[in-house]
Amino acid sequence: MTATAPPRRAPEAGPDSGKSAAGRRLRPRAVERLRRIGLPYLLLLPALLAELLIHIVPMFFGIVISFKNLTLFYIHNWKSAPWSAFDNYKAAVKIHQPIGEALLHSFWVTLAYTLLSVGFSWLLGTAAAILMQDTFRGRAIMRAIFLVPYALPAYAALITWTFMFQQDTGLVNHVLHDQLHVTSNKPFWLIGDNSFWAMVIVSVWKSWPFAFLALMAGLQNIPRELYEAAAMDGAGVWQQIRKITMPSLRPVNQVLVLVLFLWTFNDFNTPYVMFGQSAPHQADLISIHIYQSSFITWNFGSGSAMSVLLLLFLLLVTAIYLALTSRKRGDADA
Amino acid sequence: MPRIPSQPSPMAQPKSFTWTRRVVLTLLLLFVLTPVYVMLSSSLKNLQDVQGSFQWIPHGLTFRPYLDIWKTVPLAHYFMNSLIVSVSATLFSVAVAIFAAYAVSRYRFAGRKVFTVTVLSTQMFPGILFLLPLYLIFVNIGNSTGVTLNGSRLGLIITYLTFSLPFSIWMLVGYFDSIPRDLDEAAKVDGCGPFGALFRVVVPAAIPGIVAVCVYAFMTAWGEVLFASVMTNSDTRTLAVGLREYATQNDVYWNQVMAASLVVSVPVVAGFLLLQRYLVAGLTAGAVK
Amino acid sequence: MRTSSTSSRLLAATALVAALGLTVTACGGSSDNGSGGDKNDPASLKGQTITYWASNQGTSLDNDKQVLTPELNKFTQQTGIKVKLEVIGWADLLNRILAATTSGQGPDVLNIGNTWSASLQATGALMPWDATAFTAIGGKDRFASAAIASAGAAGKDPAAVPLYSMAYGLYYNKKMFSDAGLTPPKTWDELVTDGKKLTKDGHYGLAVEGSNGSENIHHAFVLAKQRGSSWFDDSGKATFDTPANVAAVKQYVDFIASDKIAAKGDAEYSQNQTITDFATGKAAMMMWQSAATSIKAHGMTADQYGVVPVPTQTAGATGDAGITSMVAGINLAVFQNTKHKAAAEALVKFMTSTPEQKVLNGTYGSLPPVKEAQSDAAFQTPDLKTLAGVLGSSAAPLPQVPNESQFETLVGTAVKDLFADAAAGKPVTDDSVKAALTKAQQQMPAS
Repeated sequence: MTATAPPRRAPEAGPDSGKSAAGRRLRPRAVERLRRIGLPYLLLLPALLAELLIHIVPMFFGIVISFKNLTLFYIHNWKSAPWSAFDNYKAAVKIHQPIGEALLHSFWVTLAYTLLSVGFSWLLGTAAAILMQDTFRGRAIMRAIFLVPYALPAYAALITWTFMFQQDTGLVNHVLHDQLHVTSNKPFWLIGDNSFWAMVIVSVWKSWPFAFLALMAGLQNIPRELYEAAAMDGAGVWQQIRKITMPSLRPVNQVLVLVLFLWTFNDFNTPYVMFGQSAPHQADLISIHIYQSSFITWNFGSGSAMSVLLLLFLLLVTAIYLALTSRKRGDADA
Repeated sequence: MPRIPSQPSPMAQPKSFTWTRRVVLTLLLLFVLTPVYVMLSSSLKNLQDVQGSFQWIPHGLTFRPYLDIWKTVPLAHYFMNSLIVSVSATLFSVAVAIFAAYAVSRYRFAGRKVFTVTVLSTQMFPGILFLLPLYLIFVNIGNSTGVTLNGSRLGLIITYLTFSLPFSIWMLVGYFDSIPRDLDEAAKVDGCGPFGALFRVVVPAAIPGIVAVCVYAFMTAWGEVLFASVMTNSDTRTLAVGLREYATQNDVYWNQVMAASLVVSVPVVAGFLLLQRYLVAGLTAGAVK
Repeated sequence: MRTSSTSSRLLAATALVAALGLTVTACGGSSDNGSGGDKNDPASLKGQTITYWASNQGTSLDNDKQVLTPELNKFTQQTGIKVKLEVIGWADLLNRILAATTSGQGPDVLNIGNTWSASLQATGALMPWDATAFTAIGGKDRFASAAIASAGAAGKDPAAVPLYSMAYGLYYNKKMFSDAGLTPPKTWDELVTDGKKLTKDGHYGLAVEGSNGSENIHHAFVLAKQRGSSWFDDSGKATFDTPANVAAVKQYVDFIASDKIAAKGDAEYSQNQTITDFATGKAAMMMWQSAATSIKAHGMTADQYGVVPVPTQTAGATGDAGITSMVAGINLAVFQNTKHKAAAEALVKFMTSTPEQKVLNGTYGSLPPVKEAQSDAAFQTPDLKTLAGVLGSSAAPLPQVPNESQFETLVGTAVKDLFADAAAGKPVTDDSVKAALTKAQQQMPAS
């Protein structure tokens, strides 16, 4: 490995690891250089070790398992499970056969769920963060209240929503049917077609405060002078949002939208608490689907293969997303 | 569509802006608070009323659920477990993330990109994929080193630490990048080493970001259900799992679930309120930028 | 770019080394389970500590702890073996068992739902109860044969020992029945006719737990059995979509769909709301297993309701046609990897001893699978006598096949979705039921 000075510097990089610093000290150059090169790795070491232990190594295990026929007959001694080559993958991608068809259905449900949930969460988060950028009476308390959904243990929040969505005795139907008379009879929210929407509503409720929090923090990094200068130039508030706020939020948004997408796509808590181990067909999220394949029906090989496919899909989406957004960002910078 | 005017402009805010703000924020408040109200009112009803049709105003108020919650489930014990696990995971995670983010933000080194991409991509791992392998690894580590990870708080702390790590690192890299390098260079010239620069300059300037990351790491650990359900036993069980015990073979004690949820949430929400001020304070301190 | 690919290879190599290291230690770790024969010597059992995973049978996990702790203390006094008790809720129990099975690190003794017996038996995680093991706890004959048949696949040594037994009965509200001038139904036709009479003014004839997969298959099993049909053939292959099974599921879903004797809202019940509806008089009947404790917890007294066997297709049917319940219950198993086998067996012996059977089943409102304990006064209440009769003569074990859990998930969910259709007013026809069952069957593993 060529151990020369850093190959590239970030555009705005200062003379952080520059040669001037090395020259100033009276230490031998070699030691100094080693220290300089070793330091970042040392800083990364704890993170790397933790990720290796909890994520990377188990994932390798998971990939190995996906090539095995690891059913209940073998879990007692999983190493003895026979290799099944690509059988698990073949079963998962044959979309005209029941297992593949069910997986594909689950995939579409999850995609729709994720797009809706992330879209609304982002929208609400942005709206609230921008509207609350300025001080006004009650802002502090309101901010705290908006963070409540995030502060509640997921289970508590989800079980409360489930309680509210009950067909006969829930608040939602009480309001819609008994009080506002919007519906002619009480709709079902936890089974059937509406279960999908119930899940989306709960998911937005749970995740928008996070978007709010992240964007609020992002807004605080925008220098006031920018707004002042814009105001001097006669830019209206709407123009300020468009010209200053939104572009300044782009780095935050880039990450925020991506992680919201990834979390929501992998969301397990919401369907699990709302529907138990068997989600309605219309709300069969992929995480629950895989959970059923692995933990309920004890076919870990098949479950792992589905997980790996899911992982590949998410990797692809992320790569494309980052390529697109980073290029745009570069254009904007230029 | 009405003009949605903005904020920290020195200009006077147009009426349309104030009205938009009122309407939007009121609707959001309703959306956020309705479940909280349901929790509160249901926690004050007796079980029969809770199971009956929904009533906005409870008929007869009772505080019994608040007494019963401690008997039905060892709530205080679970609360302590959750607190220990979440706080430890948060502290470690944020510390680890600060170091890593500092490296990524301030140094250009071989493997930098690989590191960021790898760490970020762990966010994509479906928990289901590595739940069982991780369990096996913990058991094996326990067998070979005698360090019990499976069923212990330590194992859960390490696990949760990594759940929040990727996003924490990303957030902090962004924050650190926004802090001018001249500042830490100046500190280095003043005789601080790289660590001195990190702790005296970068960290104080990044307080708002660090607070946000802390909050995030804490909540990630606080609400996790899947791993906790397999990796804890009755001694180390956390709230997220423990609250499910109000739904028993016989009955779902809705009123107690709600009461318990409120009781355990109050300290957390109070913590948020405190951090709220801290966030603002951190902001003014970070006005160097 | 070159540098990054080098380091990514480095990273992969590190991960691989770490993984291999763990695999090696895994081999080392699992080899220390045969720790000498002297542990089987009764005298040396003293001072051993074993772990026992109990399931949630009482009103709360804490309640279970309070019930079991004094009994386990008795055991410690008698044998000198200490027991570390952990009560695990149903939501977690199977996952915990699964994790324990995979890693080989688990409890010494554990409760399992008896429908899991064959599945867990197939994993090899549970100690088989051969003749010798049974002799040590007083012999297989002490137990009711239906309970033993629910402890593992036919023709194999049982994977567990019956601990608590339960059976389904038809619970009916005495006052609602006498007000309407009705007597408890003996056939399904009567049940539907009575149900229609009782369904008025916000009250319903029957309550069903439509979103609970386990309940769904328990009833689908019985209704199919009454038609002489089974969900698996002799080779263990799934036969979900036979005409009889379709008819069985349709009959069950029709309680909401066409008979309309159960509330539409029942379709989303999954948290025992059925019992609530019954105990509060919203529903006049329910089919449930050993519900006395729960009903009482809801404030309905024992004299307000009666229990009769679940109806059959024709009055007085016998044989398969006369089956009115699955054999429900909890079994006690010894974990195959236990290092304290003799101590674990001693605990099983204690828990299945006649006095303990009386105490425990009496407390939990279940029936003792140990025949000797059944005559105890605690089990002579009218409802328990009915259920004991069901268990003794008209209960059949759920299919004891390794793929039982898939059956439960796939068919249970299919029935749940059919209930959802019915509740939404969509038609439930023979064709739609058959389509749902065919799809479930196609997702079953080949073996």
